[in-house]
Amino acid sequence: MSTSSPPHSATASTTPPPVAPPTMRRTPAPPPGRLIDAPPFPQGAAEALKNQQLRDNMRHATHTIRAKRARVTAELPNWEELRAAGEAIKNRTLENLDYYLEQLEANLIKNGAQVHWASDAQEAQRIVIDLIKAKGENMTHQPTPQEVVKVKSMVTQEIELNEALEAEGIAAWETDLAELIVQLGHDRPSNILVPAIHRNRDEVREIFLREMKLYGKPAPEDLDNDPKNLAAAARLHLREKFLRAKIALSGVNFCVAESGTLVIVESEGNGRMCLTLPETLISITGIEKLVPTAQDLEVMLQLLPRSSTGERMNPYTSMWTGVTPGDGPQEVHVVLVDNGRSRVLADPVGREALRCIRCAACMHQCPVYEKVGGHPYGSVYPGPIGSVLTPQLRGLDSAIDKSLPYASTLCGACAEVCPVKIPIPDILVHLRQRVVDEKKRGHRGLEQSLMRLGGWVMAKGSRLGLAGAAAGLARALIRKEYLRSLPGLGKRWTAARDLRMPPRRNFRHWWKHERGGQA
Amino acid sequence: MGREEIFTNIKAALRTQDRMGTVLRTEGDGSKDRMGTVLFCPFQGQNRTVPILSLEPSPSVLTVELFIDLLVDYKATVECADDSSQIAVLVARFLKQAQAETCVVPPGLDPAWFAAAQTAGIQVRVDNPPLSKEELDQTSAVITAACLGMAETGTIVLDHRADQGRRIISLLPDTHICVIRSDQIAAGVSEAMVHLAPLLQEGQPLTWISGPSATSDIELSRVEGVHGPRNLYVILVT
Repeated sequence: MSTSSPPHSATASTTPPPVAPPTMRRTPAPPPGRLIDAPPFPQGAAEALKNQQLRDNMRHATHTIRAKRARVTAELPNWEELRAAGEAIKNRTLENLDYYLEQLEANLIKNGAQVHWASDAQEAQRIVIDLIKAKGENMTHQPTPQEVVKVKSMVTQEIELNEALEAEGIAAWETDLAELIVQLGHDRPSNILVPAIHRNRDEVREIFLREMKLYGKPAPEDLDNDPKNLAAAARLHLREKFLRAKIALSGVNFCVAESGTLVIVESEGNGRMCLTLPETLISITGIEKLVPTAQDLEVMLQLLPRSSTGERMNPYTSMWTGVTPGDGPQEVHVVLVDNGRSRVLADPVGREALRCIRCAACMHQCPVYEKVGGHPYGSVYPGPIGSVLTPQLRGLDSAIDKSLPYASTLCGACAEVCPVKIPIPDILVHLRQRVVDEKKRGHRGLEQSLMRLGGWVMAKGSRLGLAGAAAGLARALIRKEYLRSLPGLGKRWTAARDLRMPPRRNFRHWWKHERGGQA
Repeated sequence: MGREEIFTNIKAALRTQDRMGTVLRTEGDGSKDRMGTVLFCPFQGQNRTVPILSLEPSPSVLTVELFIDLLVDYKATVECADDSSQIAVLVARFLKQAQAETCVVPPGLDPAWFAAAQTAGIQVRVDNPPLSKEELDQTSAVITAACLGMAETGTIVLDHRADQGRRIISLLPDTHICVIRSDQIAAGVSEAMVHLAPLLQEGQPLTWISGPSATSDIELSRVEGVHGPRNLYVILVT
């Protein structure tokens, strides 16, 4: 939640770039440290819960968007059919991913696009950097400092592209309003749809007044906190960058294999600006974001806007197929990024998370996310989908990734709203199993020993009866209804709740008394 | 590295899996599809993977009414016209309302539509030869035709043919006046995609417009007008 980390703070790129002096930075520095080094979820969550402002902002935002989604999905009598169709289309795609990727590649090339493949984040960064630098070398005069405009893209955050570009002296300007707020606020996104969902209008006004002048056209001095005026300030600030930019970077919402068409769904028009004005367009996408046929878009383009922003349709959707002569960028690149996806595909339970179309309905519906916001998830993808996707993409090695499958009450609200019916609670349980299996492989800790003991006790009725009698005895001695805090290992259990003492008389006791031990 | 590694991994992942109960691929049967089960087959020989999902087409009068209602809900201004002389009158009136001084039109637009505006002193620039982005940024308005509309979502689709022009001309000016015929309005997304899918196959770019540009990024309160045209006027030719 830091709003003003120093501009020379450590960068978030995977290979630490040479630390540039503060004046060398071209874009606002994000908070120091890397997401994967975040503390385990409970620790981050406890920290976030102390922030009353954040909780107010999150509550307001999630409840507003929840109501909107519920209203517009109820409008369609065939909503459940659409969800089933969405699930079927994505399953079909994943089960034949190699086939559809080859088809997509062939159709992109046929239509004048250049296709690049990246196994991991570093490869993807390198491809994009080389493409941008190659454009710089083509300039006849002295090399000008390079810059690119960006459409909001989750995969570029996943591969930590902005900081990799910064390290190469390339300024990447976020153009989505919320991403702009996050970038200028030296902050991290906390939501995949509304990255600045944790900020209110007063905070946005302060950020714009303080930062815009450092990176381009200043905000009007008399700027107030009216969202309309804040949006107008962003329009002015970014217009000069749009007109100046030679290169744009974009993500992709959908790729159509049979035609080679890419689709971007947006609201503000910043996407259209980036897709239309520059000479070169580099689109970066995960390898799972495709659908087989153009006709399949009919399903996706109904599911996505209603699930995400709660609109019948988002204001702008752009579709383009390679290069259109005389219209828009005449050099078009597509970078297809794996970065762990093919590994996820190998897990028949976990792979269902690859159906995700990044609508954010699950996080807006989640009672946990509502309270703590996105940052404690230590992941580009927060909330329920992040808890199943991120540990699979990154592997279950870090403290944060081991904790994410537990960042849920398993209430199932997320799966109820998911437009492609991802069984998030099932995958969470599956990943918990994997975390425990990993643990078991190491030396047996106290937790495992206790679990073993519990298993031994419950394996035989007589042992369980003895344990029950012992609990009754403890109750008789302690004479309390509740225990407020337990010592030792039990301390963490009672940190958030009181422990009810076992009853004086348990069921076995009662049965014996009432029925005299008769069955 | 790169491509080869990715394909090796995908093939390995899919070989070991249970394929979620579907039958394995059968190659070389001429169709694009390699799946054997009914669920994933192209729907009844059509080039689609699921049955058409939209509602029964509603009577066209209702379709057009719904289309207008949703556009108005998006804060667009909608007026109906019977012929090109009425279109011209409305174009001139909208340009005046938007305080436009200059206007760009695609090369294939019916000149009758902007004749009245020219008479009223508005400078009309035809995008032929193509105007620069700086010139377009200094242009107040744009007039285009449309490819089709969708009632269920209040969406206008441009396919950027001669009467709609390059994508950039309907983006930089702050006011967009769009002329659409009532027989171009489809009931919903599914019906529209039947017409649009072949255009994508031909490589035609498409822009779907549902109201003026908007954002809900600050406290999720909707603000009309960010980067795209902030004013959208629709002339419906009945």
